[in-house]
Amino acid sequence: MRVQTEQKTSKSEGWEPKIIAFLCNWCSYAGADLAGVSRIQYPPNIRIVRVPCSGRVNPYFIIKSLTDGWDGVVISGCHPGDCHYISGNLVARRRFAILNELLEFFGIEPDRVNFMWASAAEGERFAVLIRKATEKVKNLGPNKKFEKNW
Amino acid sequence: MGIETKNQEIETSMRDLARNLLSEKKVDVIIGYTQGTVPLSSSPIMITKEEDVDKLTWNNLCYVNLAKYLVPQIPQLVDPEGGNLKIGIISKGCVGRALIHLAVEKQINLDNIKIIGIPCNGIINRKKIEKEIGEKEILEVSASGNDIVVKGKDFEQKFPFDDYINELCKVCKVKSPPTKASLTEACIGECQEVTSVEDDFADISDFESKTSEEKWDYIKNLLEPCTRCYACREACPMCYCSLCFVDQNKPIWFGKTTDLSDIIVFHLIRAMHLAGRCVACGACSSVCPMGIDLNIITRKLEKIVKERFDFTSGIDNETLPPMMAFSMDDSEEFMLEED
Repeated sequence: MRVQTEQKTSKSEGWEPKIIAFLCNWCSYAGADLAGVSRIQYPPNIRIVRVPCSGRVNPYFIIKSLTDGWDGVVISGCHPGDCHYISGNLVARRRFAILNELLEFFGIEPDRVNFMWASAAEGERFAVLIRKATEKVKNLGPNKKFEKNW
Repeated sequence: MGIETKNQEIETSMRDLARNLLSEKKVDVIIGYTQGTVPLSSSPIMITKEEDVDKLTWNNLCYVNLAKYLVPQIPQLVDPEGGNLKIGIISKGCVGRALIHLAVEKQINLDNIKIIGIPCNGIINRKKIEKEIGEKEILEVSASGNDIVVKGKDFEQKFPFDDYINELCKVCKVKSPPTKASLTEACIGECQEVTSVEDDFADISDFESKTSEEKWDYIKNLLEPCTRCYACREACPMCYCSLCFVDQNKPIWFGKTTDLSDIIVFHLIRAMHLAGRCVACGACSSVCPMGIDLNIITRKLEKIVKERFDFTSGIDNETLPPMMAFSMDDSEEFMLEED
């Protein structure tokens, strides 16, 4: 899943970020689908990976995505209390809180990694949040710092 | 009172206590520290016979966290007849914290363990001294008054003790095992019961106020020398997984190159795994052959769990650590929201 480096030019030359999105099967994935069938526009920069629950997202998935050259990461799950597996997203939330602080502490721009909640009925909200996340990553420019170079 | 007299007092009472415990058959084996084979070091020792008790030493070079030898149990600590060996363990503050945390994680049974508490006043930062001495060979290290005296063939150098201890020891609030009285077999010197730890984390807040670029440069320079020998993992009392994520090859989680991103990923994920578990013993930094001081990451982890979950690892054996629990009311200020 390595992102081709030759595509990574500077911000000015019409560069578009590539964002990997880990979406929960039970809510955000359906939310993205709803956004699609409702014909709500959202940026084509995201590439979706369907996961069974936001609790399935190992922090290593996120870090590995960054070292593999993705410019941004989005993780989206069910709202707290709505988890299909009762508490998967609550466990994930603690993990993400710590990962987020650590990334910031290590000097990796925290805007590259975006966490969000979006239910299956919130196609509009999903589109808005994806637009926001894409904008944030676009402002940061290509992910050169953490990318593996060899 | 100088450091050397204090240490000698502790050492004498520690040996007496160990002798008594062994002769009264209260313990079968005592894990402690002994003189290292080279100066400026110490090694762990398992004592089963009364006559060996004088091999036990205590000084400010006892950097190993002895709790490491209990999980997984090393062969010397396993009863050949299949019973439970009673283990006495010489514990400075951070060993005590590690024991409590391992008990919370159900890795050890504290019923079989006698904690012999020792008030520790800080562990010498070996790398810092070695760096200052340079190429010259160190032959003898001793303490006098408030100084560490390092002797070699034609030189003698004094280092003020307070400046040359580990950064973590400088801010350490748990000098002796924080166990409730019933858990500790005996305490030497003035051991206190610690119920909570207050800390302002001023050093970490300073670092956090820097820009992303400055932080990245600092972390990059700090970790660049890392050869990933995993000595830090081997010395860590909390790294007891039978298969570490770096050794796993189905799937291969982790690149094996010396590229900076692989090095940083190792330290980042190790930090993730130690969140709410690290007991700030500084063993990882003490054993690093490249002299990398990981205390800044250790302190950050302590700060995160203290501020977010009001938890300090290894103080209390009843509260669940934050990463083993969850709550509906956790803060989520970092989540993306619509405007």
